[in-house]
Amino acid sequence: MGLTTGALNSVIVDVCPPIRYLGRMSVVTPLIGGFLIGLSASIALAFDGRIAGISGVLGRLVFGGDGRGFRLAFVAGLVAVGVIAAEIAPSALGARIAPLPVIAVAGVLVGWGTRAANGCTSGHGVCGVARLSPRSIVAVITFMLTGAATVAIVRLAGGWS
Amino acid sequence: MKRAPAFVAGAIFGLGLVLSGMTNPSRIAAFLDVGGAWDPSLALVMIGAIGVFAIAYRVIARRARTLGGEALHLPTTRYVDGSLLAGAAVFGVGWGLAGYCPGPALVSAAAGALPAIVFVAAMIAGMAIAGKRPG
Repeated sequence: MGLTTGALNSVIVDVCPPIRYLGRMSVVTPLIGGFLIGLSASIALAFDGRIAGISGVLGRLVFGGDGRGFRLAFVAGLVAVGVIAAEIAPSALGARIAPLPVIAVAGVLVGWGTRAANGCTSGHGVCGVARLSPRSIVAVITFMLTGAATVAIVRLAGGWS
Repeated sequence: MKRAPAFVAGAIFGLGLVLSGMTNPSRIAAFLDVGGAWDPSLALVMIGAIGVFAIAYRVIARRARTLGGEALHLPTTRYVDGSLLAGAAVFGVGWGLAGYCPGPALVSAAAGALPAIVFVAAMIAGMAIAGKRPG
């Protein structure tokens, strides 16, 4: 898998100069991963008529809402992959980038924010933008800006270590 | 099995997150670090996912029914309000701090990563604080 993807990656980088800007960084795996996420959202809509937005799926699973069966099965699929990934691809699960208390604060912010905005990177970022929803487009621009600003501030302050 | 497609969709979603690098907080931080050592490659995750779903959405929305003939559950709110702006802004700050958004956090927590477990527990607490929203 690693070899094949690497070879495919260099072919694409050689053939398409604009992509060369991305350098040696993996180009193929993000794109294939993105296709899979799009496929997943398509299956959820085609079979269950639901938007594959993770904050909504999890939030309504925990706090109540319709479509419980769909949400439970979808989260079970996500969890199953996590369990398998821990065995076969532990390197895909990176280390923390901040101290645990900061991670906890960040979790509260993400939980509150995604409920208030009614969506996150998947519901707004993928599904909403693909549907050309004005709300989602505004949400994505907003969380990209504050996310980038946060990372910049942490970097300028010298990081956490 | 009525729930098989939802399970498969969840598994494919998780596989996509793991494969693309979304479950690695350092890569999320590098993606958001536009003024620093910017790694734009994760934009391809969104481009790939949006491309596939944009086509599928148009086909399915035209039918206005699921393959099983049931009604679609699509968001109907169209207006931008303060809750959307504040929520998205606060979400972005948390995303930038931890490098996790809800999907990758769930997958990583299931994989046993302690920071992700802490993050998911805190995230559910944050959802509880926000309370139940319409839609």
